[in-house]
Amino acid sequence: MQLAAAAADHIRLAASSGQLDLARWQFGITTVYHYFFVPLTIGLAGLVAVLQTAWVRTNKPVYLKATKFWGKLFLINIAMGVVTGIVQEFQFGMNWSAYSRFVGDVFGAPLAMEALLAFFFESTFVGLWIFGWDKLPKRLHLACIWLVFIGTMLSAYFILAANSFMQHPVGYAIDHATGRARLTSITEVLFQETAVTVAFHTLTACFLTGAAFMMGISAYHLARKRHVAVMRTSLRLSLVVAVIFGIGTAVSGDSLGKVMFRQQPMKMASAEALWETQCPAPFSVFAYGNVAKGHNSVELSVPGVLSFLSDSDFSSCVPGINETNHAEQQKFGPGDYKPNIPVAFWGFRLMIGFGMVSLAIGAVGLWLTRKRFWLSERLRAQRGDPDAVPLLALTKDRALGERLSPWFWRISLLTMLLPLFANSFGWIFTETGRQPWVVYGLFRTEDAVSPGVSFGEVLTSLVVLTALYGILAVIEVRLLIKYAKAGPPELSERDLHPPTRIGGPPSLPGPRAGGGDADRDEDRDDEDADRPLAIAY
Amino acid sequence: MQLHDWWFVVIAVLWTGYFFLEGFDFGVGVLTKTLARDRRERRVLINTIGPVWDGNEVWLLSAGGAMFAAFPDWYATLFSGFYLPLLVILVCLIVRGVAFEYRGKRDDARWQTRWEHAVFWCSLLPAFLWGVAFANIVRGVPIDAHREYAGGLLGLLNPYALLGGVVTLSLFVLHGAVFVGLKTVGEVRLRARRAAYAAGVVAVPAALGFLGWTQAQRGDAGTLITAAVAAVALVAALGCVRAGREGWAFVFSGVVIVASVATLFLALFPDVMPSTLNASWSLTVGNAASSAYTLKVMTWVGVVMVPLVVAYQGWTYWVFRRRIGVRHIPA
Repeated sequence: MQLAAAAADHIRLAASSGQLDLARWQFGITTVYHYFFVPLTIGLAGLVAVLQTAWVRTNKPVYLKATKFWGKLFLINIAMGVVTGIVQEFQFGMNWSAYSRFVGDVFGAPLAMEALLAFFFESTFVGLWIFGWDKLPKRLHLACIWLVFIGTMLSAYFILAANSFMQHPVGYAIDHATGRARLTSITEVLFQETAVTVAFHTLTACFLTGAAFMMGISAYHLARKRHVAVMRTSLRLSLVVAVIFGIGTAVSGDSLGKVMFRQQPMKMASAEALWETQCPAPFSVFAYGNVAKGHNSVELSVPGVLSFLSDSDFSSCVPGINETNHAEQQKFGPGDYKPNIPVAFWGFRLMIGFGMVSLAIGAVGLWLTRKRFWLSERLRAQRGDPDAVPLLALTKDRALGERLSPWFWRISLLTMLLPLFANSFGWIFTETGRQPWVVYGLFRTEDAVSPGVSFGEVLTSLVVLTALYGILAVIEVRLLIKYAKAGPPELSERDLHPPTRIGGPPSLPGPRAGGGDADRDEDRDDEDADRPLAIAY
Repeated sequence: MQLHDWWFVVIAVLWTGYFFLEGFDFGVGVLTKTLARDRRERRVLINTIGPVWDGNEVWLLSAGGAMFAAFPDWYATLFSGFYLPLLVILVCLIVRGVAFEYRGKRDDARWQTRWEHAVFWCSLLPAFLWGVAFANIVRGVPIDAHREYAGGLLGLLNPYALLGGVVTLSLFVLHGAVFVGLKTVGEVRLRARRAAYAAGVVAVPAALGFLGWTQAQRGDAGTLITAAVAAVALVAALGCVRAGREGWAFVFSGVVIVASVATLFLALFPDVMPSTLNASWSLTVGNAASSAYTLKVMTWVGVVMVPLVVAYQGWTYWVFRRRIGVRHIPA
């Protein structure tokens, strides 16, 4: 009898720890997946807004073509970002009800603000932007994409502030009656150092991601000598953005690292597989270790660099994993406070590696396409043809050879994937590096899961969502490839002459244009009633 | 009135906004298979909501976010308790959103037909399941002393809840048909009128039965008034459809939804999720609410943002006010 009861207990325990693992896998999968689309959407929204501004200010059709082309790819992406975001909001309640109860008072506020301030903005104005080409005057239509862009950034900020509370809880008190976190200062939650730094790091990385995407597709077309005017402009824009924000990502990443050395020494020690405290501490380039025994068997490292990264001093001490674990045991009671060290170590390295390589390729590209040569008639392969692909300038007088040029285009094309990898590894690093905590120092992941939800239910949702996301990924990527390959659309007269008032007729040149007389305008509206929609689903 | 009572009202308003707006979106989605006869007509229907459906759906995210912030226990119990139905709703909303955006992205009949099926089913299922979910909230579900849902999936499929699902589905189809009548020209517009009747044939008995049942179970004087308003508005909406007063028909079908949701929330108050196991285990506006400070912060956000959102979303409807018909659909 006792044996059976023990066995039943064991099974229940196994199922509940299984449920925890599945819930964690689901969160990981849905979040990493969602985060493929988010940075591309934010980055492309900004780039499209810049291109459309150029069109409105200069009236050059090349900018309108570029806006429409990148705008279409942006829309294919934002659709996925929006729909996968719905799951993000509701799975806290579904799989993590204990977490939701514990932090709801604090964590719910930025989430609700995200919906009210950012989601409405994005979704309403993206609708106006998609369908407003032939309905809104030029400047108002331009304002819509800027508002979408602002909405996406606000949305990112709020959710990052919420995440920063999990990384470094501030602005709360533990309620004596309920034992739960209670908000005491919303400004601290929204504007703590962690939130501001992480937002800076994340947003710069988003622009790098968008720029790399634009760079890759522009390179694809330029290599084939197609759509040269649009792609040349796009390539230059994307290279400039990639370099500026690539540097921004590196600088902000360095600040974020320093913040994390102070706030979560365990995460950073794990990122370095630094088992013992060292003064000065070396930066590990490669390590292979034995996690159970707590040391590395093979290691390649650069002396002093980690000390410098942690607080700008080559000789200071950096606490190691074993010591930090001991310190946390003193503070939080017995237990193992180490995250998954290989994941943290490699996640950190791959994030930095992929990010820095994208920046480097952007910088090389910027150099090879220096304005003087890139735009100069003299250096074009076919002189006199404004649509010819310019030569990639190696030096002032020498172009990149026939052999190397195609390689540059190939590498640029592949570069579009690199920031996506960097982003994913960055999130995997920072979220797994916080384990075993869901809210650092306050609440453990194993206590956060929904007690009332069964193993079978979580398994069902994990399988269903993973399968659905897999299918949608295939569809999305195929569509992106199709539209990226198709190149910019041909412009019609109507595209070039948007209405001058809301819902008005196109400002087409012709005998009746510029009449400005209200009756005539009304007549044109009536004629206009049969005009097909410029944009329709 | 305490701050958490006021937040109960805010949550009710957000859900009402959601059902009013996505209500007709769902209805239009269902009508793409039942009212439209060919692809061009289906596109007319989809384009009546094309520019606005995404903004409408955000009302759900706001309602969910506001529940999380203002009533964390309500949010946690509801979404972990109604796990599988919610999963179906989420899957549908994902597929439906993608379907709108991707349907026209390939000139391939099979591709388009598949997405059109998706629009239909993924509008129909959530329209039904939201009714099931809300009826269960009002009816009460087994909630234990730890505020966790203790019933199974089948416990959610009781007759009252299923009737609630039929009510939301039929009302949303009615609301959608009236909306189509208001937004289209030509034959689609005429057929929308017949579709509204057809939906009305189901909606009238279902809604009257459901509202009466609710009144008998948890009703008071307040719910009696709102339920009566809903019933009268439902009849008035069908009358206006008959008289060809499309604008008024839409106003009344909107009133039906607003008054029905109000009835449910009034019947619920001061509980937010009553427990059928033990009344003292019920979640109430008092015991499920966030701290006064959080509610105060959120009140400021709500007071500033909700009117602003209503204003700019309203403006969107004005920009896209023109009726469309098959002749407006580009090849």
